[in-house]
Amino acid sequence: MTQNNYDAIIIGGGHNGLVAAAYLARAGKKVVVLERRHMVGGATITEEIIPGFKFTEFSYVVSLLRPEIIRDLKLPQNGLKILPLPSTFTPMDNGDYIAGWDDHDTTRREIYRHSPKDAEAYDEYGRRMARIAKAIKPILSILPPDPTSLSPKDLIGLLKLGQFAASLTEKELYGLAKIMTQSAADMLEEWFETDALLGTKSASGIIGTFLGPRSPSTAYVLLHHYMGEIDGAFRAWGFAKGGTGGIAESIASSARMFGAEIRVNANVQQVIVKGGRAVGVALENGDEIYAKAVLSSADPFVTFLKLVDQKYLPDELVHSIQKFRTRGSSGKVNIALSELPRFTALPDEHVLHRGAVSISPSIDYIERAYDDAKYGRFAKEPYVDMIFPSMIDPDMAPPGKHVMSCFVQYAPYDIEGGWDDAKREAFGESVIATIERYAPNIRRAIIGKQVITPVDIEAITGITGGNIFHGELLLHQLFFMRPATKWSGFRTPINGYYLAGSGAHPGGGIMGAPGKFAAELAMKDGI
Amino acid sequence: MLQLKNTPFHERTSALCQPQNWRKWAGYFVVGSYEHTIDREYWAIRNSAALIDVTPLMKYIIKGPDAARLLDRVTTRNIQKMSVGQVYYTGWCDDEGKMIDDGTVARLDETTFRLTAAEPNLRWLTMNAVGLDVQFEDQTDRVASLSLQGPSSRSVLKRVCESDLEGLKYFRLMKNKLGGAEVTISRTGYTGDLGYEIWMDAKDAIKVWDALMEAGQDYGITPVGILALDMARVEAGLFMLDVDYTSAGHAWIESQKSSPFELGLDWTVALDKPGYFVGRKALEREKKEGSAWKLVGIEIDWVGMEKLYAEVGMPPQIPGTAIRASMPILVGNVQVGYASTASWSPLLKKYIALAHLQKPYYELGTDVRMEITVEHQRKHAPAKVVKLPFYEPEWKKK
Repeated sequence: MTQNNYDAIIIGGGHNGLVAAAYLARAGKKVVVLERRHMVGGATITEEIIPGFKFTEFSYVVSLLRPEIIRDLKLPQNGLKILPLPSTFTPMDNGDYIAGWDDHDTTRREIYRHSPKDAEAYDEYGRRMARIAKAIKPILSILPPDPTSLSPKDLIGLLKLGQFAASLTEKELYGLAKIMTQSAADMLEEWFETDALLGTKSASGIIGTFLGPRSPSTAYVLLHHYMGEIDGAFRAWGFAKGGTGGIAESIASSARMFGAEIRVNANVQQVIVKGGRAVGVALENGDEIYAKAVLSSADPFVTFLKLVDQKYLPDELVHSIQKFRTRGSSGKVNIALSELPRFTALPDEHVLHRGAVSISPSIDYIERAYDDAKYGRFAKEPYVDMIFPSMIDPDMAPPGKHVMSCFVQYAPYDIEGGWDDAKREAFGESVIATIERYAPNIRRAIIGKQVITPVDIEAITGITGGNIFHGELLLHQLFFMRPATKWSGFRTPINGYYLAGSGAHPGGGIMGAPGKFAAELAMKDGI
Repeated sequence: MLQLKNTPFHERTSALCQPQNWRKWAGYFVVGSYEHTIDREYWAIRNSAALIDVTPLMKYIIKGPDAARLLDRVTTRNIQKMSVGQVYYTGWCDDEGKMIDDGTVARLDETTFRLTAAEPNLRWLTMNAVGLDVQFEDQTDRVASLSLQGPSSRSVLKRVCESDLEGLKYFRLMKNKLGGAEVTISRTGYTGDLGYEIWMDAKDAIKVWDALMEAGQDYGITPVGILALDMARVEAGLFMLDVDYTSAGHAWIESQKSSPFELGLDWTVALDKPGYFVGRKALEREKKEGSAWKLVGIEIDWVGMEKLYAEVGMPPQIPGTAIRASMPILVGNVQVGYASTASWSPLLKKYIALAHLQKPYYELGTDVRMEITVEHQRKHAPAKVVKLPFYEPEWKKK
């Protein structure tokens, strides 16, 4: 069967693919999204794995989803609600805890309880990071300039970045230079002394990377996660109504509203290239679909090395993509609960159950967890970032019952001897045992659970290596080097073929920017 | 003693009000916000169930064979057509057709009505009742009221009410029993979401509060102050006396007054009802000649506003709450109106405002500019006239 009437084909119905489709359809283009699975969302899904209990299977929180995308695509009218996630609670080994709240004075008071010095540093640290994030943030919303290019467009782009950096004081500029190179631990230890505070803050520097808090360049990752916070009330960390699947559904609903077609169970095998131009795709079932352009929201490895014949690509690009770091390092444990965990440090239900709970008693604790991963083992005592979606959105679990989402690091993709059911079970058990040390009732509260390893992430979502960001957010894999030098601008060496996923600038997380930029570029190119 | 009143819920609300943020409302103290930031309270209205103490609303019982005739004469709605158990939203005017106040009329039985108002209106009602067989009772202090708003409000009530309220339609009321107390429940509110208002004897207030909080625990019920309510009502396109318009009774000058047409209440002015009602002649004239002003919604263009702030090197600095202030609105360099309440909408991710615009600038889609202060300097952010309400979920009337 052959069809030849689309302006654009989008490979992959994850959030970026859907955003690209919605923007194209909004501009009047005839678009089809081809999703391999039976449902859209990719790694942005919610599924009722245990009847009545809705799991945010992979991604679970959101902060970087761009507000202009929310407005342009009318996502609130299509069901999107981003609910506040006001706090972080870190239980400590001595039975106490340290918590951050969305009220500045309350948080300062709480830190003061542990260290008056840290309480003061917290003020200054927050301001410094916000200023640097503000200077850097515009980079996220513009196309990455190529510093070696002499084209006027790239030069103007660079100048723009220069202007923002120029708004920083000399001290802040040095701070920025440090952030680009330091480890999260080194940077934070310049500011703070309380172990649990250091551990919790350093965790933002390792999420989605195969690095430890003492590895150089993790300070930048920490800053990347800080970006979402500087808009204050306008855009803070939040939990989407219905879980992250609620985000994908609202974008899909918007795309359909604008006239896009979304096909599930449509597995793209190959991009059809004719005369150096992408002209369509061939599906697993033998169907061929033709269009003026093909946008791939799959990761760079799949986009460049699996979907197209390498003869169409420069060797240098093939080599870079082969070396692109996409090693998965994290897993998820999603749990259905008959009651909330009662923490030794906080025995009763508390407003802090509405925010995140972080198992990160110290930097050394997380670094030791990384040590396990370095040598091919999952962490026996992992870093865990938990939320209770049912405390934020009561519709996530039956009344009186709860769901719990645990992001766990480290769980290496390349585990010694490979992942199997026994190892997955043991990994899940290490997470439960870790939580149990701080919340002794957890085991008897468990109704059912789902353990997800990086290999499962790859098998279910198709993301190579199971890396949640389609490639680690390392400095050498960002901006004009994401996913490869010379090919950071969403275009590929094949005309009419675009990279529209998290492996493109500005990177991973539920941001939607790669999908939007790629769609806009494809239209600029005249589809 | 010479002091303001606490509502009958004070024992509970005061124990929960962390920031000591109290507001004056019609002679009472009510909670402004229960938490230091109002995000969670706002989202309770839009995502789960918000419990709001609305006792300070003035509540009058109007009773007697001529009760319907009186209300038909005072308000702009056709009260004679109203069935028992029905609730009307309405404004009422002076004889020049300018708004005095607005509220709801509920028909409790053939000859008994309850009127809510923002301000005292007993004198006005009595003045208009000359020769009519009707009695008044001010129940404001005796009847406590709670507003339960949000998509889960029905589930919470179903759990705790003795009689089923599945069939209770939008702007209808029913008698019910809740936490052992006799209550009246109306499907009304000030949020534009699914919601109910619960009316009870003041002595049952704590019983009802406790029963609702317990029943709502699994549905995320959240006590909510009037600051979060203020944001929700702007999204719902609902205006407020003394903020968005001035009562004809208080206005110093003519231009401060507004007619129901000017406030967008065309649908409440029943010019087809028989006989005289207060303001009829003036309203008929205005209907024919067209209104000079209109209350509309405007949406401030965020990207355009971001640019104004970027000029001084800052991200936009607007508070995450409703702003009750008059902000000039221009077309070209000429002022054509003003915004009376502006608010960040956390749901829509938009900066929105209720605005009074002169003819012909109140037409949908008109490009205007709203004055904002950027680092002490007057700037004008691009904005557009849009349809009200800004937000209306499908479940509001379902």
